[in-house]
Amino acid sequence: MTDTARTSTPSAAAAKHLKRRRAADGRFRYYGLIAILAALGALAVLVLTIGSQALSAATYHVVRYDVTLDPAVIAPEGANRPADIARNVDGFYGLVRDNLLETFPEAESDRVSRRELSDFVTRLAVLPTAKMIANSPELVGGDIAMTAPLNDDLDLYLKGQGVRERKIKAGQITAVAADGQAGYRVTGAGAFDALMAGLAVANVGRAKGAAQVDVLLTAGVSTGRLTDITSGSARLELLTGKAADFSNSRPAARIIVSPEAERTISDRQIAWVLALKEMGRVERVPRWTLLTNSDSTYPELAGGLAAIVGSLLTMLVTAMVAMPIGILAAVYLEEFAPRNRVTEFFEVNINNLAAVPSIVFGLLGAALYINFLGMPRSAPLVGGLVLALMTFPVVIIASRAALKAVPPSVRSGALAVGASQMQTVFHHVVPLAAPGILTGAILGMARALGETAPLLLIGMVAFVGDVPSGPTDESTVMPVLIFSWSNNAERAWEPLTSAMIVILLAFLLLMNGLVVFLRRKYERRW
Amino acid sequence: MDTGQGTAMIDDSLTLPRAAEAAPRIDCRNIKVYYGQAQAIHDVSMTFPDRAVTALIGPSGCGKSTFLRCLNRMNDTIENCRVEGEILMDGENINDADIDPVLLRSRVGMVFQKPNPFPKSIYDNIAYGPRIHGLANGREDLDAIVEKSLRRAGLWEEVKDRLTAPGTSLSGGQQQRLCIARAIAVQPEVILMDEPCSALDPIATARIEELIDELRNRYCIVIVTHSMQQAARVSQRTAFFHLGHVVELGDTNQIFTNPREKRTEDYITGRFG
Repeated sequence: MTDTARTSTPSAAAAKHLKRRRAADGRFRYYGLIAILAALGALAVLVLTIGSQALSAATYHVVRYDVTLDPAVIAPEGANRPADIARNVDGFYGLVRDNLLETFPEAESDRVSRRELSDFVTRLAVLPTAKMIANSPELVGGDIAMTAPLNDDLDLYLKGQGVRERKIKAGQITAVAADGQAGYRVTGAGAFDALMAGLAVANVGRAKGAAQVDVLLTAGVSTGRLTDITSGSARLELLTGKAADFSNSRPAARIIVSPEAERTISDRQIAWVLALKEMGRVERVPRWTLLTNSDSTYPELAGGLAAIVGSLLTMLVTAMVAMPIGILAAVYLEEFAPRNRVTEFFEVNINNLAAVPSIVFGLLGAALYINFLGMPRSAPLVGGLVLALMTFPVVIIASRAALKAVPPSVRSGALAVGASQMQTVFHHVVPLAAPGILTGAILGMARALGETAPLLLIGMVAFVGDVPSGPTDESTVMPVLIFSWSNNAERAWEPLTSAMIVILLAFLLLMNGLVVFLRRKYERRW
Repeated sequence: MDTGQGTAMIDDSLTLPRAAEAAPRIDCRNIKVYYGQAQAIHDVSMTFPDRAVTALIGPSGCGKSTFLRCLNRMNDTIENCRVEGEILMDGENINDADIDPVLLRSRVGMVFQKPNPFPKSIYDNIAYGPRIHGLANGREDLDAIVEKSLRRAGLWEEVKDRLTAPGTSLSGGQQQRLCIARAIAVQPEVILMDEPCSALDPIATARIEELIDELRNRYCIVIVTHSMQQAARVSQRTAFFHLGHVVELGDTNQIFTNPREKRTEDYITGRFG
């Protein structure tokens, strides 16, 4: 008994050593866990920031305009000429502008407010309606409710992103009296106490003499600017609507922190857009145009269709060039090539090629395809060829690994029944390696899909407003579009860029999903 | 009906007419094999009689597998392996440049240590060889070849209802018999077996040994084995390899009961190897 007890109890030194080893084991496990958590955290931050931005760009505000399609305005040449109607942007835009002026007659007064009101809708935004009417000319002369996207700055304002403001509910207004020129005095006992408190907070930290914050007061469709605010009364400068709306109401006050001169939208525009919203003419709808429109200089009209089609065409060229050449090269190198210095030289260089920065391939493509072979600039054909150059070492390396993983017993089995080497390779080895080969090829393609740098050098960064109809048309691709949008100054491009990134990621996920699917479906055990 | 009778019922068209005397099917003269600079086989000369099983025994690394692979030129596929000497089949040296190894391998079938059915259906495993060699005229012909081969390998009764199941779904012993059927399907004259039972359990091994005994009536069989009992049970002739030399070659009975060489006796009694 004592003997066994002695042997099962390690000596003190051994016990200490054992403890140290266990501690090292545990530490390593914690390091791994920390690393994984850090990676997951980074991923979550990325997804959250891009996702929340993209989500705000996934919807936008459109305004409804009830217009009469006056034939004299929209079809001066006659309703039977659809091409003319579809091109008549001025006519349709005129209808929309007239409708806005009808709604807000106060804008007629001066040129600045007329321009501010007509900024609500971009001229080109009426193009879809024009095309729709051109396709059904029987609507000419009738009344329709047409919608057009709201100007991007106002859209952002309605989403609460464009302008920093604070909304405070005012108390009961008891009296509205005219006060001098174009002004009113609104009174109500203690109506503005909450607003005063809010203003005190908003003005903290502002230098004396700096522009005061703007305060807007809204009741129904009417909005005015407040000055001379005291606890029980304030002076109201009416921006839109009727002063009578304020009497016996509990209006909403908005403290707008940035002064009017520093904003992209004026107080008047805010007043109008709030009125349109109150009238129920502004609606927040899914932004399908992101997928159906092409690039535009106006964020509210911009979409990624041309870039998506361009990316697909480019990938098609890349796949058609890189996959067969890469896979066959891998099969030759792995199964047929004699092992000697020449083969080794090729192998080393292919591996090196995979590590070459992608922009170098762009330079090569520009020099070889465009300057030397005279292919068209900015075309998916050239882009695809450049990306094929970049992809194909990846395809070769992945395919060789897959071929190497096929057990030699399959080869000997086929050879032993008298298959030639080529029959052995193509009847037995390649089918077994196919899932791995396809995985490598698709992952290489996915990398190419997200590539920007080499395409910049062959001119695919150009502004492309039309969907390319073939691989030689001028085109751009998704990552390059993201790059161009992110360079734009207006704030509305920021969420749009995120939305485009999400679309690109969706395509990448689709490709990776395809890889998983192919693996599951065709992976065979041997 | 047991498989032995099944075999007997099949017509003999697969078997080529041969002389009744035990003429050597293969005649190897002065075979030397090199892997790069290293010589694996030293000047081996031996013959393999038709319709008999010859066992190659010897310790690991003695060159018996290498020698076996000379007989269907599988060594061609190994980088920097070089074979010298003459191997005569029907008076032709199979190492001649004008012998097509693809044709040779259809005459000399091979079964490997680890069952290696193709990851295809049972049917396609058998049909693959006849297809690439153009042995069948049409589907019915191919069906007949598949059935005949599976019957000869004693596997027909077990798989006839699931010919479309993958070959890899069979048990190890069945897989090995499938590989034997696959080798038979291309109508070989010689079957080489490289330790065909080393990955199998004793019951599957017994089944394969029975099968070898049946196949002996039609083919010249060469089997490499590590099991002395197996060599004694299935073979008529035995060659003992050691360090790339054939130490002793003779009737199996004589080798196991009365070896002429001291090294052979030491090996078969388990004193080394």
